[in-house]
Amino acid sequence: MTEIRRRDPRREWVARNRLHPEHASVLAALGDIGGRGAASEWLGPQGVVRRNPHAVGFIGPNGVRRIDRSGAQQGGEAPGGTRQAVKDDRRRVEIPEPAFLVAVVPDMAGGRLSGHDKDLLGLARRLADADPERPGAVLAVIFGQHKGEGGGEMKEQAFGEAGIDRVLHLEDDAYAGFAPEARLAALSAVEREWAPRHWLLPDSPLGGADLGRRLAARLGERPATGVWQLEADAGSPLGWRCTARGAAESLDILRPLPRVALALAECAEPVDETRHAAEPLALGSELPALLSRVEDLGQVAVDPAGVALAEAEFILSGGNGVKDWDGFHHAARMLGATEGASRVAVDDGHMARDRQVGATGTWVTARVYLAVGISGAIQHLQGIQGCDKVVAINMDSGCDMIKRADLAVIGDSAPVLEALVALVEQAREEKRDAA
Amino acid sequence: MQPEKSMAPALAVTVLVSVGRHPLTGRRRRADRDARGVELACSAPGAKVSLLHAGVLDEASEAALRDYLGMGFEALTLIEQAPGADVLPALAERLEAAAPQLVIAGERAEQGEGSGLLPYLLAERLGWPLVNGLAAVEGVEDGIATLLQALPRGQRRRLRVRLPAILTVDAAAPAARQSAFGPARRGRLEVAEAPVVEDPALAEWQMVPARKRPKRLKIVKAASARERFKAAAAKAEGGGGQVLADATPEQGAEAILKLLREEGVLTR
Repeated sequence: MTEIRRRDPRREWVARNRLHPEHASVLAALGDIGGRGAASEWLGPQGVVRRNPHAVGFIGPNGVRRIDRSGAQQGGEAPGGTRQAVKDDRRRVEIPEPAFLVAVVPDMAGGRLSGHDKDLLGLARRLADADPERPGAVLAVIFGQHKGEGGGEMKEQAFGEAGIDRVLHLEDDAYAGFAPEARLAALSAVEREWAPRHWLLPDSPLGGADLGRRLAARLGERPATGVWQLEADAGSPLGWRCTARGAAESLDILRPLPRVALALAECAEPVDETRHAAEPLALGSELPALLSRVEDLGQVAVDPAGVALAEAEFILSGGNGVKDWDGFHHAARMLGATEGASRVAVDDGHMARDRQVGATGTWVTARVYLAVGISGAIQHLQGIQGCDKVVAINMDSGCDMIKRADLAVIGDSAPVLEALVALVEQAREEKRDAA
Repeated sequence: MQPEKSMAPALAVTVLVSVGRHPLTGRRRRADRDARGVELACSAPGAKVSLLHAGVLDEASEAALRDYLGMGFEALTLIEQAPGADVLPALAERLEAAAPQLVIAGERAEQGEGSGLLPYLLAERLGWPLVNGLAAVEGVEDGIATLLQALPRGQRRRLRVRLPAILTVDAAAPAARQSAFGPARRGRLEVAEAPVVEDPALAEWQMVPARKRPKRLKIVKAASARERFKAAAAKAEGGGGQVLADATPEQGAEAILKLLREEGVLTR
């Protein structure tokens, strides 16, 4: 192939003339010669780079040309093209022959890995990956059901993304409810079979704090409780030093990391750059049946009005849009929800001041927050940041609460609440008839 | 101390009390959880309550311990120990000898290591069952106690436990009664002797006043300026929520009910 560049004056003329009907196709052809899909830049006949500023960038969703100069967007996204699926670029890590094991017992509150559990797994990864020559594996001991994102493959994926190499899933009725003796027996069996180098548990009231202390007492180890910081230290027996909270949060204890550690939330960053195998493991031997001295009679129904607003699980909150307050209170009673209110409802005297949700009232952490007739002032939205699911019933379809809500019903609140109460009553009647 | 109305034999309850620390002033006081434990023990039907403390006897701790006596007790047993000593053997021997039916302790000490491990070590050593997070003692019959355990989010769980047992008290237990000055002055501290076991590990650790924990920053891993800007300018929104615009109230209610059922917040 010759080095001499041939000119096509007509094509160049068309390329310069934006109004020419063949302009776009000629530009594309010139771009192809340049070896790129985009025609914003090509090498001219004299070896000079020619630019077409009109071909730079892409047409944004509103039909306006957008130019991204960071280099990520290289001019040629197909106009009106669908958004590409986010590429999963996490590194896959498999540790076939680990040098040691780090055992983690997550809380799995509600059958999912909580934020605290993920932090703890991040801490476990730090311990396991400290020496890249001889990496350890993170073993998670899971009691009870896993509800994450369906069963099978998805479950393994959720565990793997949290940084788990091996999973021991113990699903048995014996571990349900308050069963510290059965769980402790299972953990003792893990200790006998694999002898993990580290045991990590969350220092949380959801069960981790209790189980961890029981385990430490059983293993005869002196655990570090309330651990929130970890640093490498060659002088310690396990090669790590930790900072632990003591004396009602008023002291920091600097000590060598023991085998059993109970860590606070945010003790480490959760894993997000790697994906792990989460291979299932099984205990080699059957656990002996043991006679429990503690019998669980199940949860007790508590009066929802007596539950503190900050820790209520299910809140029915009313605002300016509620006109029928008797119906609102009736609905709260029937649904078994704790009552909350927006500032306007409190100022108007419909609700007590201690029921106010928001920046000036209470910051709530409910699992379900049912907002009735609340438009969603920013102070109110701040107060419900910690809620998992938000349901809104509102007349105004453009308000901020609807944008925040996971489920929004547009309409007058009173008939919707009435219908909801009727449905709940009907379900209860059917249950009673069946029983 | 409580007038015994029932015919049933008295239930021997020992409450392990400790010297607390006021969170703001740092002064010695009765520990909050321990005081709640004393209150629980007093309100248990047919209970004969005794108080037990192992630790240093000096002026400040005596004043704090007398706060427990002011809750209506004539005496408190104090096992004298050196500062920083391991009190576990002394307490275990004492409890083995006294053999109470119930031992109630606070969840964690307000001073020293404060790991909350002592009840667990006692339970392991004595071989007794342990129940944590106690909110109320509902009754004791035929050597089986019915308890109410406090769970997070204000929930309660009912448990039956075979006695003797060790219970630790949650913050949800009823608030302790006031301490009266007169009974506190009149009450006796019965000092008992026990061999002192040193705790060498505790002496090696470095204890410093608690530092403020660093706040976690929201780290945005974005490749381009556009993504970084979008992350910085984003409002806290659930995003992608389902909106039922033209639904009848019945349809809306059904959708809400479905979500409530999925989340499992509808009880009964």
